Amino acid sequence: MFKWIHKFGSPPFVYGFSKALSPWIGLASLGLFAWGLYLGLVKAPPDYEQGEVYRIMYVHVPAAWMSMFVYVVMAISSAVFIIWRMKLADAVAEASAFIGASFTFLALVTGSIWGRPTWGTWWEWDARLTSELVLLFLYLGYIALRSAIEHPQSGARAAAILAIVGVVNIPIIHFSVEWWNSLHQPASITRADGPTMHISMIIPLFVMLGAFQLYYAHHLLVKLRVVMLERDRRTKWVAERVQNGKL
Amino acid sequence: MSTEQETPTVGIWQVFSTVFVRDLRIAFSSWSEGLNPLLFFVLVVSLFPLGIGPDPRLLSSIGPGVIWVSALLAMLMSLDGLFAADHRDGTLEQWVLSGQPLSIIALAKVCTHWVRSGLPLVLMSPLLGVFLNLPTTALPVLVVSLLLGTMILSLVGAIGSALTLTVKQGGVLLALLVLPLSVPVLIFGAAAVQAVVEQREALGQLALLGGGVMGALALAPVGIAAALRVGVSSGD
Repeated sequence: MFKWIHKFGSPPFVYGFSKALSPWIGLASLGLFAWGLYLGLVKAPPDYEQGEVYRIMYVHVPAAWMSMFVYVVMAISSAVFIIWRMKLADAVAEASAFIGASFTFLALVTGSIWGRPTWGTWWEWDARLTSELVLLFLYLGYIALRSAIEHPQSGARAAAILAIVGVVNIPIIHFSVEWWNSLHQPASITRADGPTMHISMIIPLFVMLGAFQLYYAHHLLVKLRVVMLERDRRTKWVAERVQNGKL
Repeated sequence: MSTEQETPTVGIWQVFSTVFVRDLRIAFSSWSEGLNPLLFFVLVVSLFPLGIGPDPRLLSSIGPGVIWVSALLAMLMSLDGLFAADHRDGTLEQWVLSGQPLSIIALAKVCTHWVRSGLPLVLMSPLLGVFLNLPTTALPVLVVSLLLGTMILSLVGAIGSALTLTVKQGGVLLALLVLPLSVPVLIFGAAAVQAVVEQREALGQLALLGGGVMGALALAPVGIAAALRVGVSSGD
């Protein structure tokens, strides 16, 4: 099994694999974006309470889901890196950090824009918004720690430990923030997500989620190539690729 | 050379107490430095009435939060450089090489850190509670919540301190790493005191903090030890 991991985890193989696959994933993501946005912005009926405003959900909700998904990916690959010293796993974590922080930021901004017409304020200390804010800090801490340690390998391991500590804490943070919010603001927010969403509103949401997932996969594959080139810039396989003009 | 001599077997408790006593001695030999967090704590709390106004009702309603946030910042300040001196003079490296469980050594370090930085805050807090016009019934809960909360902060904060071991000027980075992780402690600690101020039961929050201490005691030393190993190995 380790031989198998060694072969398919080796930088030259992953580089080629990523190069062959990433354009198709990118195209598929674009297609899903177009389809999802058409369904969400044009076909789905307006909400009976919020009118057209709710349509920002089609960006907000997938971004929030992705922000957590990417952190879990980061933590799992960090654990793989710490346990088996697999460098590819660390490259995945490094390549995921920035895009994860971007998803979190997007979720916060769209949440804030959504909050203005529905809650009447740009920022509400809503439990979910607050958790997202803490998550953003966790991402920023990860990125900052990795770049602050001069020795790249110990930077990678320190960042991996931080990611694992963070993922243990996220449920606790989420739970505590929710509890805190319900204590401080008893039912002052009428969060208008309605009884249950109609199926014509849910389908675009899932299409958009698929689009976001594929976009992340595409970004990850491209970023992985950048990370691998940067790390292996003095190795033979990179030199060969440069000579053959196949970067 | 007596290479045949048996290496004495050292128990976990002995490792712990050796490091603990050594660190306490160091702490007491430079005790004025150790009082800095306490001074910071008192200063920050006493600035709040000046900024907000002397209205007693307002002060007693924001009091729990103010004291808790100030304690959190004072703990954070004391965490910066927790392992720095031992790293500089090579002690840390010897600990890593000694073959003794590093997590136990780390736990001993954290315990001394708590005794010199956390405990003074806990002891001073009733006075600050009086400053901020908290009812006397809230003071015991304030003390207990800070007692449990500062333990968690010491344990979790030490992970951040160990991670930033080799970072120069790591203060802000340390804050960025530790503060998000201490959100639950702040929430439950301040809420426990708030509950008593509003004449409600605070046992639930205190129990959650106690659970947090147990969880942190079990998990944090492993994380600290892992982070210390990374820091020590990067010195080449």
